[in-house]
Amino acid sequence: MEIFGIPLQAMLGQLLLGLVNGSFYAMLSLGLAVIFGLLNIINFSHGAMYMMGAYLAWMMMEYLGLGYWWSLAAAPIVVGAFGVLIERVLIRHVYKLDHLYGLLLTFGLALVIEGVYRDCFGVSGQPYGVPEALRGATNLGFMILPNYRAWVVVASLLVCFLTWFVIERTRIGSYLRAGTENPRLMQAFGVNVPRMVMLTYGFGVALAAMAGVLAAPIIQVSPLMGSNVIIVVFAVVVIGGMGSILGSILTGLALGLIEGLTRVFYPEASATVVFVIMALVLLLRPAGLFGRES
Amino acid sequence: MASTGNRPARDFGLGLLALAVFGAIAPWIGLYPVFVMKALCFAMFACAFNLLLGFTGLLSFGHAAFFAAAGYAAGYALKVWGWSTLAGLGFAVVCAGMLGLVVGALAIRRQGIYFAMVTLALAQMVFFVFLQSRFTGGEDGLQGIPRGDLLGLIDLSNDLNLYFVILGVFLATLAGCYRIVHSPYGQVLKAIRENEPRALSLGYRVDRYKLLAFVLSATLCGVAGACEAIVFQLASLTNVEFVISGDVLLMTLVGGVGTLLGPVVGSFVLVAMESYLAQFGSWVTIIQGSIFLICVMAFRAGIVGEVIKFLQRRDDRSKARMAEGALPSST
Repeated sequence: MEIFGIPLQAMLGQLLLGLVNGSFYAMLSLGLAVIFGLLNIINFSHGAMYMMGAYLAWMMMEYLGLGYWWSLAAAPIVVGAFGVLIERVLIRHVYKLDHLYGLLLTFGLALVIEGVYRDCFGVSGQPYGVPEALRGATNLGFMILPNYRAWVVVASLLVCFLTWFVIERTRIGSYLRAGTENPRLMQAFGVNVPRMVMLTYGFGVALAAMAGVLAAPIIQVSPLMGSNVIIVVFAVVVIGGMGSILGSILTGLALGLIEGLTRVFYPEASATVVFVIMALVLLLRPAGLFGRES
Repeated sequence: MASTGNRPARDFGLGLLALAVFGAIAPWIGLYPVFVMKALCFAMFACAFNLLLGFTGLLSFGHAAFFAAAGYAAGYALKVWGWSTLAGLGFAVVCAGMLGLVVGALAIRRQGIYFAMVTLALAQMVFFVFLQSRFTGGEDGLQGIPRGDLLGLIDLSNDLNLYFVILGVFLATLAGCYRIVHSPYGQVLKAIRENEPRALSLGYRVDRYKLLAFVLSATLCGVAGACEAIVFQLASLTNVEFVISGDVLLMTLVGGVGTLLGPVVGSFVLVAMESYLAQFGSWVTIIQGSIFLICVMAFRAGIVGEVIKFLQRRDDRSKARMAEGALPSST
């Protein structure tokens, strides 16, 4: 079976790959949006945290012999704790300054983290095996579905949904939303806002680390994987606008799919299509698809 | 303050003169001309960048695109079309300005942090376009760009001749920046930096001012990029990478954001650091990152900014002392 002269099998394969990438974009932009909502800074080191998650998985396998499932549980906690420390020691001190300083600070942080990993592990990628339980593929009749990729999509959608649920439907989430609207008033009501901010940063960073662990068996684990993805995620965030949680999840997935489709029909443009869409959105709807003009 | 009205002009003139003298003797006090030329090119780049960050308050994370585009344009004009050096330089500067117009028109539609992200994303797009285009030579870049001569009089393949031409271009660029910053137009830019809504409510078409600042900055980046390509006879993808946008940001930050001479000092410090640390490989990145952290946490005024602060404090103190001394004689 063919669609527009492209074998259906190849097209579905690329679409699945697009969806996988889209889930990473969704998880990363979700973390960026949550952090931005409360801290008002763009976390440039998000890509570095994603890379740290993947490396933690690799190191746990290499040095401790602990498998994929252990890393999936431990890496977000470790990186989240690291994020909390960073917030405490560094980021906390720039809240009262221009927002741009937050961007510069986290950019410097990303350079340091990336440099340390490059010094320790070199720039070449490290292979990380697919876990035992998810090896192989399932034949769906119209396509062969690699189990691991299906798991990545399902797992990240689940995490995104849970995050959305917690923020929009629970008491903790209501604090978070209120803190985004008016942190001073929250403080006056007796909520420990600085602690909330610290934990929010840790949580956003933990999401990035989890995306890193999920990505480890698909792409090569390398110190450069973070900076490669973060610029695309920034474009995703500009397209979606950071006003809405659901918006950033949907934009991430949709752009992954569009990237996959472009890879089928016009491969040369697959690296630039997200940026072209960003330019179009800026022309037509400057505040972003889900954004509110401030 | 009225008596010190022309003080900035005098200070700047002295600074420019000092730079010119230092530049003229630099090759004879053991500084390698190609090293100084590299630093001068990056100094122009950082000055152009600072026009936007320091004097308009716009943080662009994509200035590498203009720098590199000019390098490619100059390289192509000189190598493939066989244009004269001056014509190639002019062509490159126009190209950078045009690219600045397109990127700027898109980027100024968003403010603050979004502006930084938009410029970063568009520059990354430029990177992929250059990677895939045939005229850039892909991964190889344009190699062996002829330096040519200046109006058929001065042979630029001689390092020392080229050095003085680059020095002249640098001084002219710096003077141009001074002119822009201290013109009525520059005052409007500062007003936008300090309080954009107020500038808007006073009737200034803020978007046009910002766009013009962006185009001017990109154009001057073009001067820097074209010079760099001519000096190294090479235009390559390394210059489009966002690391370069980070480098120029760091130079401006270290030297002093919003000061005219800060970016010059910063670029010399960082180019020197890079060449001495090159042997340590990835440590360059770690050290650069740490400098970023230090600058943001504790050293936001930068080197030149701190010097200016110190001089002002000393001025204030001597004025206070003079007032004290004047007191007894008046009674």
